[in-house]
Amino acid sequence: MRLPLIAALAATPAFAEPDPANWEAVLAEAEGQTVYWHAWGGSTTTNDFIAWVGEQVAEQGVTLEHVKLADTADAVSLVLSERQAGKTEGGSVDLIWINGANFASMKREELLFGPFAEDLPNWRFVDVEGKTVTTDFTIPTDGYESPWAMAQVVFIHDSARLEEPPASAEALLDWAQANPGRFTFPQPPDFLGTTFLKQMLIELVEDPGVLQGPVGADYAEISAPLWDFMDALTPVLWRQGRAYPQTGPRQLQLMNDGEVDIAISFSPGEATAAIANYELPSTARTYVLEDGTLGNASFVAIPFNANAKAGAMVVADTLLSPEAQLRAQMPDVLGYGTVLDMDALDPADRAAFEALDLGVATLSPEELGQALPEPHPSWAERLAADWVARYGVAN
Amino acid sequence: MLRPLPLLTAAVLSLPVAVGLLGTVLPAIGLGAVGTGLSAEPFRAVLDWPGLTRAMAVSVSSGLLSTLGALLVATLILAGWQGTRAFVWLERMLSPLLAVPHAAAALGLAFLIAPSGWIARVPALVLGWDRPPDLLILQDPWGLSLTAGLIAKELPFLLLMMLAALGQTDQRRRMAVARSLGQGRIAGWLKTVFPALYAQVRLPVLVVLVYAMTNVDVALILGPNVPPTLSVQVTRWMAEPDLSQRAVAAAGAAIQFALVLGALAVWWGGERAVARLGCAWVWAGRGLPERSARAAGLVLGVVSALAVLLGIAALALWSVAAGWRFPELGPDALTARSWMRFGPEMLSVAGDTLTLAAAATALSLLLVVGCLEAEHRFGLTVGQRALWLLYLPLLIPQVAFLPGLVTAAAAFGLGPSWTLVALGHVVFVLPYVFLSLAGPFRAWDGRLARVGAGLGASPDAVLWRLRLPMLLAPVLTAAAVGMAVSVGQYLPTLLLGGGRVVTLATEAVALAAGGDRRAIGVWGLGQTGAAFLPFALALLVPALVWRNRRGLRHG
Amino acid sequence: MADGLRLDRVRVFQGRRRLLEVDATVLPGTVVTLMGPSGSGKSTLLSYVMGDLAPGFHAEGRVTLDGRDLGGLAPEARRVGILYQDPLLFPHLDVAANLAFGLPPGSPRAERRAAVDRALADISLSGFGPRDPATLSGGQAARVALMRVLLSAPRALLLDEPFSKLDTGLRRQIRDLVFGRARAAGIPVLLVTHDEADAEAAGGPVIRL
Repeated sequence: MRLPLIAALAATPAFAEPDPANWEAVLAEAEGQTVYWHAWGGSTTTNDFIAWVGEQVAEQGVTLEHVKLADTADAVSLVLSERQAGKTEGGSVDLIWINGANFASMKREELLFGPFAEDLPNWRFVDVEGKTVTTDFTIPTDGYESPWAMAQVVFIHDSARLEEPPASAEALLDWAQANPGRFTFPQPPDFLGTTFLKQMLIELVEDPGVLQGPVGADYAEISAPLWDFMDALTPVLWRQGRAYPQTGPRQLQLMNDGEVDIAISFSPGEATAAIANYELPSTARTYVLEDGTLGNASFVAIPFNANAKAGAMVVADTLLSPEAQLRAQMPDVLGYGTVLDMDALDPADRAAFEALDLGVATLSPEELGQALPEPHPSWAERLAADWVARYGVAN
Repeated sequence: MLRPLPLLTAAVLSLPVAVGLLGTVLPAIGLGAVGTGLSAEPFRAVLDWPGLTRAMAVSVSSGLLSTLGALLVATLILAGWQGTRAFVWLERMLSPLLAVPHAAAALGLAFLIAPSGWIARVPALVLGWDRPPDLLILQDPWGLSLTAGLIAKELPFLLLMMLAALGQTDQRRRMAVARSLGQGRIAGWLKTVFPALYAQVRLPVLVVLVYAMTNVDVALILGPNVPPTLSVQVTRWMAEPDLSQRAVAAAGAAIQFALVLGALAVWWGGERAVARLGCAWVWAGRGLPERSARAAGLVLGVVSALAVLLGIAALALWSVAAGWRFPELGPDALTARSWMRFGPEMLSVAGDTLTLAAAATALSLLLVVGCLEAEHRFGLTVGQRALWLLYLPLLIPQVAFLPGLVTAAAAFGLGPSWTLVALGHVVFVLPYVFLSLAGPFRAWDGRLARVGAGLGASPDAVLWRLRLPMLLAPVLTAAAVGMAVSVGQYLPTLLLGGGRVVTLATEAVALAAGGDRRAIGVWGLGQTGAAFLPFALALLVPALVWRNRRGLRHG
Repeated sequence: MADGLRLDRVRVFQGRRRLLEVDATVLPGTVVTLMGPSGSGKSTLLSYVMGDLAPGFHAEGRVTLDGRDLGGLAPEARRVGILYQDPLLFPHLDVAANLAFGLPPGSPRAERRAAVDRALADISLSGFGPRDPATLSGGQAARVALMRVLLSAPRALLLDEPFSKLDTGLRRQIRDLVFGRARAAGIPVLLVTHDEADAEAAGGPVIRL
């Protein structure tokens, strides 16, 4: 029982950093705090979910404010400029929904608070073995970010227009050549567009294992098949590759407008949710490639200078609660995969997950299959930059 | 009390820009927090970007052409139709468009003109297409749809500015003389009224030029993206996870700034050339094909207004749409679902947005009227150089100096806050308020002040009891412009508020990134409404107060 | 009797209120003077003849010029010149361009130059062509304004209190010049004034409102 005291003593001389290991103290400190969660605001379903999380943490005295970003990098800029200005406490960002590339960058620059994730009470339910929750784009998370949803690449097609969608890179190219102008992807360096490049590279490269290490001197050789593929695909893309949708949801809009027949998504439940919101026709369906698709977890991280670290941890923990995880997986809410281990849950919670109807356009876990591991983040950066150089300035 | 105001105003405007620019220039040459020591590397990286030439060309061409186009159409409408019933009708149609946020207007327009858009659905239904044609209309490589969108959006602004200044140009008598000397309506207007009017609206025109060249929101939606315009690319570099790209973005922003200066120089050259040609035209005595010119003005004005109005109507329809697929002209069913989802939050944010706008505008008006009155009383003229400082916030791309400004503010212990956002808005609102008000304020007949003084009124009484009441319409127009500017501010709100100050603009742009037309419909209509309200008042109040004073109404 | 400017029972209204009624014929080379207090609608009547009535006003009755009905014609097609109490020289044009402004189109450039130079010489302002109108004296500006309207070869001339801003000495000089030139041009002149001396100098019929 001396531990909290020591922690308290250790904490007071500097400014009071909450100790994640002492959850009682975290809860006490969090009460009355306002947490500014910087998260991409482009998806209305996600915004609704975050609002719901706000209602949950309000019961613990935490006020959650969703700061809707057009781009996650805006939050990174903000933290960076605060550090440049010497603002090492009382910062304006408390929690960031962060992606792999920004996490790698912030972790390298020591802009993050932690480790905290593995001290969260609900961490005990997390499926550490079966799901990639302790690495983010091959970078060890080391407790500096906490997972809250599993994502996996899926492709969406309109079954009324396209019954047998192409389920490999080769089939996709054949189909696109037979149906010019009917496929596109969000323009890299958009995260989803870059994901498409990675997915195709995994399909085309002989040994996907090489992608687990950083980009090396053999980059040109390894990526050559991808660029051959893209050279053939680009002229038969929507608008002959002279214009691209800028984000994933825009791509869905194109599908609803009948402009394209296939769209890529990083969220297995997105099609079902989009049907419920009238954003896709009811005939939209989801499929994965024969050799499997990329998967990763969505994380939240806390900046080193966050003003409400304790409150932010309470939010991160709430996101891991079976209740929140179940809600996130509901097809008309988010349709995100859970990060929890079913075997670790109470029988009642487990039953609730099993009873969940994933929706008409969502694949079952068996159909989704085991997610393929993400390549090292240097691949994403390099592929996106290379794509921009090759196709991003078409003349 | 009044004397230090001009200096204070100059400081309010120039200091943030200067400090922010420094925060941009330093990283561009390799200094500052993300830098690695003095180097030309960031500039070299920008010059190595293969899209640079095209991006610069599209920025310049869309900027110059859209400004020229909007000015031309506004001129044709004013010259050909002012004082007619058609004009009143057109003005009523165009004025509210000023309040439509750029992003919402662009999205509406995009839905209208896309190959799967509203217009194309008419032949699609008739001819039975089940797939839209694969045509590159939107985001064409030369930025033509971007240019058209900017014309449609800037036309109401220029028209309102010109209309506000028209009262000061003695146009009735000039036109009476010109026409009695045998000049047609448009030719006579161009030869006699336009030169005086242009002198009054020249700065708003330049502001339109700079905005058209450097905007991000419209260019993202309507502009090309392989490559995008330079300002969009700069924003992308800013958004790169790799923090070293910030220096590249800074160098890009510096190049963008140089490009803006270059375009301004080209515009000035154009002004000179047009003045010379105009003089030769007067000597030649020739007229214009009046009928065609009038018809062109009306048609272009109506098409431009309809494009934005139909776009907004489409967004409104989307906001209540259930399913709505190509090639249907309307949704399968109507539903209040989107309004239930987004409506309540939107309304509460709208209230906050208007409060912020009112605060920033009130402060700006106070400073502007103070400056103008000081200039009048003490001859403290805002000199040409100081005037340049005044317009600096509008002539420098926001992305170029705002991040540097945030850093500097934090260094002085000013964290992101509501107050900081309001003050930041003043930097952008004040020039517009000044632009709107300075012309009418200065052109006010000073003899009236002397008459007032002769009747025993103090200078303050003259200001409050004569000048401002007589200038009610321009003052309110300036306030409405200021509020609309504030409502439209995205980047300053986001950065200076640390993302915590939520306005309709930050929400709308975040949603625009996603592209959910239903949500954009709800928020876009909300933002339109919020910006529209002050304009409605600006038009309504003087008309009510001065309903029996013909001399105080324009026309 | 088709020549001259004929106002056939012209009535001017502001809203529903009738401001004035005039029935008059102005013969070529003569001046008819219209006298009345401020607000009696004199200037509005001139606007009606010009074809440029302000919103809120309307008028009835026929106006013919040399037998041609002016009703429905655009102002620029009426060939009716006007002089106001301000010379209303266009400030962005030099004196010569102001004069050239009213020259009917079609003639070659050299001819136009020559016509403007002749006109300047005619009003003793030779060499004033490149001057900024703002630098002219009141009398000089009034002369340029007169010359400008005469160069446009009007078939009638309207004078809207054109001498009221000139000081007494100058007033007579300009008045004589204007009436003299108008008579010489043989065009009908309609003068609106509230100065008895103007009416007297005009020498024609006087209509009092």
